[in-house]
This record gives sequence, structure tokens and C-alpha cells, in this order.
Amino acid sequence: MAKVLMKGNEAIAEAAIQAGCRFFFGYPITPQNEIPAYMAKMLPKIGGCFLQAESEVAAINMVYGASGAGARVMTSSSSPGISLKQEGISYIAGAELPCVIVNIVRGGPGLGGIQPAQSDYFQSTKGGGHGDYRLVVLAPSTIQEAVDLVMDGFDIADQYRNPVLILGDGMLGQMMEPIEFGQHRKRVLPEKTWATTGWKGDRPRSIINSLFIDPQELENHNFALQKKYDEIMQHEVKVECYHCEDAEIIVAAYGTTARIIKNVIELAKNEGIKVGMIRPITLWPFPTETFVQVADQEYVKAFLSVEMSMGQMVEDVKLSVNGKKPVYFSGRTGGMVPTPREILAVIKSIKGGME
Amino acid sequence: MTKVYEKTSMLTDKPFHYCPGCTHGIIHKLVAEVIQELGVAEKTIGVASVGCSVFSYDYFNCDMQQASHGRAPAVATGIKRVHPDSVVFTYQGDGDLASIGTAEIVHAATRGEKITTIFVNNAIYGMTGGQMAPTTLLGQKTTTSPNGRSAEANGYPIRVSEMLATLNGVAYIERVSVHDIKHIIQAKKAIRKAFEAQLSRKGFSLIEVLSTCSTNWGMTPIESLQWLQDEMIPYYPLGIKKEDGAV
Repeated sequence: MAKVLMKGNEAIAEAAIQAGCRFFFGYPITPQNEIPAYMAKMLPKIGGCFLQAESEVAAINMVYGASGAGARVMTSSSSPGISLKQEGISYIAGAELPCVIVNIVRGGPGLGGIQPAQSDYFQSTKGGGHGDYRLVVLAPSTIQEAVDLVMDGFDIADQYRNPVLILGDGMLGQMMEPIEFGQHRKRVLPEKTWATTGWKGDRPRSIINSLFIDPQELENHNFALQKKYDEIMQHEVKVECYHCEDAEIIVAAYGTTARIIKNVIELAKNEGIKVGMIRPITLWPFPTETFVQVADQEYVKAFLSVEMSMGQMVEDVKLSVNGKKPVYFSGRTGGMVPTPREILAVIKSIKGGME
Repeated sequence: MTKVYEKTSMLTDKPFHYCPGCTHGIIHKLVAEVIQELGVAEKTIGVASVGCSVFSYDYFNCDMQQASHGRAPAVATGIKRVHPDSVVFTYQGDGDLASIGTAEIVHAATRGEKITTIFVNNAIYGMTGGQMAPTTLLGQKTTTSPNGRSAEANGYPIRVSEMLATLNGVAYIERVSVHDIKHIIQAKKAIRKAFEAQLSRKGFSLIEVLSTCSTNWGMTPIESLQWLQDEMIPYYPLGIKKEDGAV
């Protein structure tokens, strides 16, 4: 298939359509507006439904209803809007409904700004809403990868009956890159026998619900959820190791930041410093094993987590490295994007401290 | 022996958890009977809300979804857009619909979503133990208006049916009561008309049912029915607020 040049947000929307998503409920917020605009234009032409909800709260609850009714459904928003969706996301996780949620992250807290950021890592991976639940969090670093992850994301959601979050950022949403559709390897998926489609007595009555008033029942429900999360941790970790062999400093970075690090690695090489990168593609499940294995290598002297935040993923890096090697942090935030030169300076100072 | 009465198959055999004197049971029965009599049970999907009726998914014998507080109309919208030929209803109390869920009900109504909302108004939060609701009458004592609701401190009770009747997307709205046999029969007719409006794809329909809460009103069931008649109906007048999409 020929490559097409597309803007990140539009490519994400097109990928969803190609993955069979026919229902989209959203609410305007920058910098993700091209996703609903694309859906509004395309979905009615192919028998789908785009609906602009009265709020992000309503949108995520429409997703709950549509998913419970058996549809492939998506919503997208940006940071403050994702905060508003958290109650609904918790219900969706509790009721075990599949859907894809896209967060094109902007700087926070509060109304924050509209430029790219990675400051929603905690919210995405540590349960932004209430209760013990997990989202599968996919963090693309190119538009092609965003397309592939969105398409697989729908399958992951259906396979595990769990919400999947695509964590992009303003940079990824707004830039254009050549991409190719149709590379997606489809999974074998279970039938949605649990969906509310109208009860004719030919199956148990479908009830979409997250209420378990008996504490023992609720604990059992949580045990079942945890079992599912364990399975996801076992089978769905995605990670890229880039130039990790022989590297003395390992940078941990994801999304847009990871692209910048690839340039930093070249710059460092020219200065005689061997730098590698571990790039988590799934932020949850976090690629802990990869960090453990790399931290065990003699030649690895230090880790550096580089983020467009004040230091969020660095906590998972520290937990994974578990004191075996020092872990440093470097971050810009509020919509500021770090330059390769400033990250190189941090690496040189870490290197200097090692000598 | 001739069978003169049979419980509708649209209700399960699960015993209601409602308090003695509460009229939720009557309203459940009316809704269930209408769905059965219209012959649409197999394509009906209900949405339970948060409050005393949260467990209604255990009672209505059809596919059900349980929605978060106030969001039932949004959940119902999602269902109806996926299955446009289904019959979708929400069953919501006054705390759920008239307070936290105002945005969702207003916009479902103005979009003309082809859903039916059963709005049970008992002028108080029941499940949480008798707090002031947006529908609590002036002077009415609750745990959060211990001296009685005052207009100055708490504003005025909201008349949802009249408010929603101003919206173009609405096909049918009626306020009914279930405090005596005559009104129960009238309520059932209204509920039927609301579902018929949905079936003929005219738009959004809502039936507001004035209901009792003996437990949190601190009255006997008999006193409650009297209080509903004497205090609630004068403020919440019964009748059709909108029919066939005309105010």
C-alpha cells in the first residue's frame, strides 16, 4: 500500500475507522480537535455515528453505553478533558468494557497550556479515577506507530474487555508524517455475548454494571480484574531497546521525547559517550523486566529518565532499576520541549560525575 | 379457577429492596407492564441510575446497563445510537436527574434522543439518607436543611418537566402521580404514551412520577400519600406538559 502524508490526529482517527470503530463521542479541546473533525466528516459516510457531546463527562458515558451495547467505540480529548472523563473511565474498567481513549497531552496542571507535554503519566498509569483498576497505556513516538497502536489497541481492548489509552502529545497530534495503513495483524477475538442488544431469552440477561454491594463479591471482582491485569502484564509489554549494547548511560524516554533522544545518542557518540535508550511503548504494563536486565549489565553505569514533565515515569524507572544503578532525571514541562543539546549537557555532567 | 391477575414477565422474581410505603415498586410495575403490553420486551434496554433505584437492573427483566450518577441519559444515548431500533429507557430519581445529571438530561432532550426517561420525584435523596434534593419543597426538613428549605439559602425547587418542555427535541412530557388508584391508572397511560412516542421516533419523552419516601419524610405510608397530594401536587401540577412535539 502506498504511503500517505497525514497529520497525527487525523491518522489516529483514520486508523480507528480502519480498525472498525464506527462510534465516536467527543467534546472540543485543543490540541486534539482534528480527531473529532475527521470522525464527524467520515463516520456518517460509512454508516457510523459521530456525536459531539455536551461535555467530556457525557462523552465518556456515551462510550460506556455504546461499548456496553457491543460497538467498537472511541473518544479523544486532551489533559483537562481526560481529567473530566476519569469517573467514567473507572466505571468502564469496573464494568469491563472495551474502548479506546486518546489523550493528546498538553501542559498542566489546571487549564495549563496547549503545547505538548507528558505530565499526564501518573494519571494514565496509576489510575486517574477511583478504585483498583488498570488501563493499557500505549505511547507511540511516531505517527506510523500511533496508527499501528490504535489498530491493535481496539483488539487489545476487545481481547481483555478493558479500556485502552493512547497517550500522545501535542507534537504527535499536530505534525505530519508519511504513513502506511494495512499492516495491522488482527487478533482472534471472543464474541461479545455480554453486550446489551435486547434479550430474547437465548442467553443470560446482559447487565453492564460495576456495583457489587456485598464486600466479598466486590473483593472477588477485584481478584478477577487483577488476574486479567496479570495476564496483560505477561503478554502485552512492548518496549524498544535502542543502542543499549555497550551503553554506559541508558536514557529512559517515551513518545516525542524518545525521538529527541535518538538525536542525542548520535551527538553523544560523536563526543565518545556511549548512550542507549529504553523506550517503553506500553507505559502500563511497564517494561520492568527490560530495565532489570539492562541494569544488571556491567557496562551500564547510570540511567537517565528524560520527560516533558517534572519527573513522573522516573519513579517507575527507579522501582525497576531498584538501586542497582543510579537513576537521574531531566525534564522540561509546561509545553517546553527539550533540545538535544540541553539533554547532551545533562549526559555529559552525569558522565563527568562517573569519572 | 379463572386467572384474574398475573405479574408481568418484564419483572424478575427478585424481591424489591424498597422501604415499606415507597412507591418505586408501583412505578416499576407500570413501566414493566407497558413494555410487555407494547410487545417490545425483547428489544428493550434499560438504564439504571444511582440512588434508591440503583438496583433496578435486578428487577427489570431485560438487558440493562447501570450508569454513574446523573449520566443515564448519556449512557442511553450511546446505546440508542448503536441500536437505533431498540427501545431504550432510563429510570432516574430526582437527585440523579435534577441535580448532578442536569446537563445530560437537558442535552438528551434537546437532541431529541429517541429514549424514554422515567423520572421519579420524591423531593428528597433517599438512598443516602434524606438529604435536600433540588426538588425538595420550601420549608421541607431534610438532614441538610434541618430547619426547612429556605429560598434564600437554597433557592427554589426545580420543575423539571416544565423546563424540559420548552425544548424542541422533546416529543412527550407528562407529570403524573401514584398516590391513589385513579392516578396510578393515569400514570400507566402516560408511560405508555411516552414509549409510543419513542417507537414512532418522534423524539425524547419523559414521564415525571411524583413518589413517596416515608422513611426519609418521617411519615407513615398513609401520611406520605396524603402529603404528596396536599404538598407536592400544588407545586408540581399534574398533566401533559408537551405532546406531539408542541409546547
